[in-house]
Formats: sequence, structure tokens, C-alpha cells
Amino acid sequence: MCILLALLSGGIFDAGLHISGMTDSGKVQGFLDLFGAWDPTLAFVMGGAIVPMAIAWRMVPGRSPLAGGTLAFPQEHRLDNKLILGSLLFGIGWGLIGLCPGPAIASLSFGGWTGEVFFIAMLVGMLIAPFMVQRVDEMYARA
Amino acid sequence: MSIDWIYGLVGVLLIGFASVVVLLGNGRIIGASGIIGGLVDQTSGSATPERAAFLFALVLVPALLQIGSPVDTGTIQSPLLIICAGIFVGIGTRIANGCTSGTGVCGISRFSFRGIIATVIYIVIGVLTVFALRLIVGEL
Repeated sequence: MCILLALLSGGIFDAGLHISGMTDSGKVQGFLDLFGAWDPTLAFVMGGAIVPMAIAWRMVPGRSPLAGGTLAFPQEHRLDNKLILGSLLFGIGWGLIGLCPGPAIASLSFGGWTGEVFFIAMLVGMLIAPFMVQRVDEMYARA
Repeated sequence: MSIDWIYGLVGVLLIGFASVVVLLGNGRIIGASGIIGGLVDQTSGSATPERAAFLFALVLVPALLQIGSPVDTGTIQSPLLIICAGIFVGIGTRIANGCTSGTGVCGISRFSFRGIIATVIYIVIGVLTVFALRLIVGEL
């Protein structure tokens, strides 16, 4: 059940990425090109995906997941250096090529060599990240 | 732009719906960077099979439908730049604990302060990065 739902969700998510244009790295850069030929399409994407989810969040209290188990979501509300530093780095990488993790994974089957190189580099970054987190924590503890 | 926004809207409702399936179905937050990152550094635990299934579908669907076009890096064809961008995205999303789907779609929809701040930061930095690229190379 859990696996089936994950497969279904992965498929729908992919269709959504394609139809909305998130997998088109040129279009993503166009969205970020606020001072150039700005393409506002993706603003609809960011804004619109929030609507079904906002409704779903309202249905969450007092309900358990269809596939059983318990709900698991982050409870942290405070800002920390990791969130800020991480989002900064992500923003630079996203702007440089126009790929974020979802479309980068999806692009494995169609993205050509650039997509593959980006994907592998992203995995390397994800492997390095835990060590970076440790460093940031240490710096934070000292400060 | 023309009718692009209609595609944007349809696509986005699908992305939202996919997130709803995971939240109400499996009781988890959909987040591409968390799903793949957890597999890479093996912190997924019992969620490993469903995460693998999600990724499998994500790669398989465009392969089956033969959709998608090669990643367009425009005038910049430097492998070094692509590698740097990939590493930044990989490290950044793991340190911040989320990317566009996790902090953006899931975070903002529950009015999470962290999600909203993260989204504002990476969009502003993304805009500045594209602006800087334009200054350096001209056309993208």
C-alpha cells in the first residue's frame, strides 16, 4: 500500500513537473530572471501547488495515514544557521543551471549529459552535507 | 507566456495532488531532496522502500512517455559550472533540510515560518545568481 502510493505520487509529481515547466531548466532560469526577460509562469507553480496541500493539512488533525503508521513531519519552528546557509547555497546552484532536486532526478531519463553530470554532482553534495552540518553545528556551538 | 500559465496551473495542481497523496496516504512530507538525500546517506530507515518507489516512478514516467527535453544550459556549456551547481544544490538542500517541494510546497502550505524564510532566501539568491550570470556572459 505504502509502496503503491509512493509510485502513484512519484508518477503524478513527475507529470506535474513536466506540464508546469519545472523540468525545463531554461524556463526556471527565465522565472529567476527578474531583471531580464522575466517569465512568471513558475510563480503560478509555486503558488498553486500550495492550495491542495493547504487543504490537506487541514484534514490531517485526528486522522491517521491511509497506509497506517503515524504522521511524520518536522516540528522545528525556529530559524537556524543551517536553514539559512543551506538555502543560500541551494539558491546559487538553482540559479546557475535552473535545476532543483526533483527535476534533476526526473531529468535522468531525458536530460542528456548535462542532466547526468548535474545529478551526480548533486549526489556528491548530498554525501558531503552531513560533514558540513557537523562543521556548522561546531561553529554555532563556539559562537 | 500566452497560455503557458494554464499548463503551469494544471501542472501545479498535479504537484500539489502528489504531495497530498503522500501526506494523507503515507503520512509524510514529500520532498525530493529529502527522499534522495536520505537514500544517499542511508538515513531513510524503514522509509527506504517507499522512497525508492517514488524515485523509480519519477524517472520511469518520462522514460515511458518519452517526454522531456535535454537540460538546456544556454550559452554556458562549462562542465565545471554544472558540477559546481550540482554540488551547491546537493549540499544546500541537505543542510537546509528541504528544496522547492519540501520547504516551498509543503512548508508554505502549512504556514511554516522556516519554510517561508527558506523559500524567500533561495528565490532571492536564485534571482541574484541569474542576474550575475547575465552580467558576466550576457545572454543566457
